[in-house]
Amino acid sequence: MTASLLSFYIFSAVILLSSLMVISSRNPVHSVLFLILAFFNAAGLFVILHAEFLAMILIIVYVGAVAVLFLFVVMMLDFRTGLEKSNILQYMPIGLFVGMVFISELIIVLINTKLDLKNIQILTNPLSNFGNLTNTEAIGSILYTDYILYFQVSGIILLVAMIGSIVLTLRDREGVKRQSILKQLERSSQIELKEVKSREGVDI
Amino acid sequence: MLSFLQTYIIDILVIVLYCILIFIPLLLGVVFALYADRKIWAAVQKRRGPNVVGPYGLFQVPADGLKFIFKEIIIPDGSDKVVFLIAPILTLALSIAAWAVVPVQAGVVLSNINVGILYIFAISSLGVYGILMAGWASNSKYPFFGALRSAAQMVSYEVSIGFVLVTVLMCVGSLNLSEIVMAQKNLWFFIPLFPMFIIFFISALAETNRPPFDLPEAESELVAGYQTEYSGMPFVLFMFGEYINILLMCALTTILFLGGWLPPFDIFPLNEIPGFIWFVIKITFVFYIFAMVKAFVPRYRYDQLMRLGWKVFLPISLLAVVLTSSILFFFNLAPGM
Repeated sequence: MTASLLSFYIFSAVILLSSLMVISSRNPVHSVLFLILAFFNAAGLFVILHAEFLAMILIIVYVGAVAVLFLFVVMMLDFRTGLEKSNILQYMPIGLFVGMVFISELIIVLINTKLDLKNIQILTNPLSNFGNLTNTEAIGSILYTDYILYFQVSGIILLVAMIGSIVLTLRDREGVKRQSILKQLERSSQIELKEVKSREGVDI
Repeated sequence: MLSFLQTYIIDILVIVLYCILIFIPLLLGVVFALYADRKIWAAVQKRRGPNVVGPYGLFQVPADGLKFIFKEIIIPDGSDKVVFLIAPILTLALSIAAWAVVPVQAGVVLSNINVGILYIFAISSLGVYGILMAGWASNSKYPFFGALRSAAQMVSYEVSIGFVLVTVLMCVGSLNLSEIVMAQKNLWFFIPLFPMFIIFFISALAETNRPPFDLPEAESELVAGYQTEYSGMPFVLFMFGEYINILLMCALTTILFLGGWLPPFDIFPLNEIPGFIWFVIKITFVFYIFAMVKAFVPRYRYDQLMRLGWKVFLPISLLAVVLTSSILFFFNLAPGM
């Protein structure tokens, strides 16, 4: 038994337990925190596979940005009116259905994949084709050559999604006084006398 | 059996020993940083600062620490007790964990991993959880507001820090911190990348919740922000975590822009001085600027903070990424080309 095997068991045990806690804990904030723990340990699994670049990106993107926004939203909900036990049972059939679909799809994929020695080698040591390159360089050399089109297209899709969500949520409210820093800096005279009416204010 | 002992006991003990070797200088560094911070702040305002406990007030910080250790730990009644206590531990643990990859001298580093800079970036992006958890678990208004502000602030300024890192990494061609330092052998990066240096420095201030970006703990509005409900030891953990993070940002500025452990000129008396002394001198210098900024810059308003992060730094740093890569490409300066 090697050290990496031991750490594999530790990481995967923590992932399984914390994912179980994600769906079973009553408090949504605790669920998100357990989800973050699961992400973090998944990054640990990547490190065992010598995919440290993926591990760090997983932490930076999912734990450092996405999960923070998750937590942000969940914290602001009033969690005391959480789900009752009967409600959980109510969602059981649909949950089972989705789970069964997922498992059967996984089984179909596994049946159709020929698990010969070569495939296993690629799965366990995907960098063998790249010789001495570190996996950051290996990912870059594939992503920016063979898959540049897909890479750019996915980037544009994300950009469109971002602009779309901004357009959907942006609204100009009446009566909001905004500070225009450019206008302030452009003023030639620093001192000015103005008659200010009560409850109206002046433009700066 | 012997190999089992070798892998699981002795190796782990060696790693623990290394960790202690990192932790003790760090602890000393924090003590002196706290003292220097207060002294510089006082000197700017023509006060004396701590000057009673010990010679020149040097023992003020240990005395404060002792006071906090003997204080009662008060856990608010309506709080989420487990999360409330995990939050400060997490903050301190993460801020120390990031130091594992910081090279203090050529070859002197606990873990010389390939993705060192990404590791530091990842760990420092996790730092927001300590604050969020503290603010939420306190179950009180002001800590919660502080935590929300802090989360928004740290996530925003991480974006510009990320782009600054990209510009530096393009000039180096490696994510390894030691190689980043070695790439500056001829020219420290703060000369060609001066605008990026400034943006990184200001973003580092925002990332560590230092004035003028200390809105999460703005005492005039939020009492003490996310730390309001903390007392005794948990509060010390927060404070130490914060100062270790500040030192980390100073070290990162040194490594990325000021040539890490390299002497300013590679000539005789300078290059005989050991690298870690240069490293400590540079960190001290950056920390001095941190402390000066705290002393003479007023606190930002929240919307100004957000404007600076998203409307000023993000476009500039994004432009700088394009510009730097174009220059490196056209003049054939890019490493590995």
